[in-house]
Amino acid sequence: MNKKVIVIGGGIAGMESSAHLAALGYDVTLLEKTDKLGGHLLNWEKLFPTMRMGKEVVTFLNEGVEKGKVDVIYNADITKTSEENNGFSIILSNNKTLNADALLVTTGYDLFDASKKEEYGYGIYNNVITSAELEEKFLTGNKITTSDGKTPKRIGFVHCVGSRDEKVGNTYCSKVCCVTAVKQSIEIKEHLPDVEVYCFYMDLRMYGMHFEALYRESQEKWGVNFVRGRLSEACENMDGSILVKVEDTLAGKPMKMSVDLLVLMVGFEPSAGTKKIGNLLNLQFGVNRFFKTADQHTLTNVSNIKGIFFAGTCTGPKTITNTITDARAAASTIANYLSGHEIDNRVMTSDIKSSL
Amino acid sequence: MKFGYSITKDRQIDFDRNDKRIADYVREHEPSFKTCISCGSCSATCSAANFTDFSFRKIQLLVRRGETNEVKEEIKKCMLCGKCYLACPRGVNTRNVIIQINQAIEKIERHDI
Repeated sequence: MNKKVIVIGGGIAGMESSAHLAALGYDVTLLEKTDKLGGHLLNWEKLFPTMRMGKEVVTFLNEGVEKGKVDVIYNADITKTSEENNGFSIILSNNKTLNADALLVTTGYDLFDASKKEEYGYGIYNNVITSAELEEKFLTGNKITTSDGKTPKRIGFVHCVGSRDEKVGNTYCSKVCCVTAVKQSIEIKEHLPDVEVYCFYMDLRMYGMHFEALYRESQEKWGVNFVRGRLSEACENMDGSILVKVEDTLAGKPMKMSVDLLVLMVGFEPSAGTKKIGNLLNLQFGVNRFFKTADQHTLTNVSNIKGIFFAGTCTGPKTITNTITDARAAASTIANYLSGHEIDNRVMTSDIKSSL
Repeated sequence: MKFGYSITKDRQIDFDRNDKRIADYVREHEPSFKTCISCGSCSATCSAANFTDFSFRKIQLLVRRGETNEVKEEIKKCMLCGKCYLACPRGVNTRNVIIQINQAIEKIERHDI
């Protein structure tokens, strides 16, 4: 009989790892809490750095799930888990019990709740929106307007909202927001060629292949402006536009600027599902509240419990490219574990005491 | 006597010769000082910065570089309101950094450090 793997979470990590596990010959059940596969990617129209449609990636991943004959259970709500003789059993809210030889946790992230950063006025001023809300406008083909339906003349993007910020308890970098702001700036200019775009940043982290080229394109071809300074606050003008306060650190002077629309680049947080499944399965969380992997360099898909593995953003912020790569790595790691191959018996010896 | 030319003062930061005692003092007495990333949220929210050229971000940098003469003048403009402390994403106790810089300046003048 084939060995069984249950994958928890039908976002892009869960989809791609399921397809690869199936291709390796395992019986795979993919549990998804909603009625669709694709997770957050369903909410994004175009992807950096190529401007490819997000749905093309979802279609590709879906094909893997279908061809692999992965058993997908939608609207799955896990209520109980238990460990028994080298395997796991999972009970769903409809009392269905599933058994597996290994579990793969792909429970992902949630976006930072921008209203927690009260000084930026999200949820208070109508013309402060999040990057996800702007993306929804692109996706649904809605016009980019201010709250009273006017065409904006100037738009600001605030980087690092809910990331690299001790005051909200998230000290890590969310990795994708810098380049997403550049991507969305370009799209804004495509939709509204006359609009002025200003990005307010602390550092621009264009680490990925072609990210720097996209940044350059945004300046060269689209005239996007970059101001090095972290916003201290935003307030509303009489006409509903937003007055931002920032130091132009390179000019060395405080600056105020009115924008018709302010877009907050919200970062990653461990998802509610990540917290719930982690607690049910007694998985260890790291300093940033994402799952702690057995090693930061080598055992990147391995959890603190034998037979349970991780993939995707439940272990930390990742791009789509990195998530898909990580999903395949997890499938391969699980295959080594289930086949009992001796490369699976390697441990990391270390002289350093790392809490990461 | 005029020779028809003047000597321009060297405006380089002479890091090797500069006095880094204030920076060392502040690092010891308010360690959060070390984590500043010069993002400027302090100086953007600063009440004094709207009317003077006071900038906490600039001051902390001058201290690190040992440009102490400039610091002594600049720092007098701070009113210690502490708004910058609320804005700082790295949790630097900016208010106490100012206090510690002042103490370091005093101690240097009294030859205590």
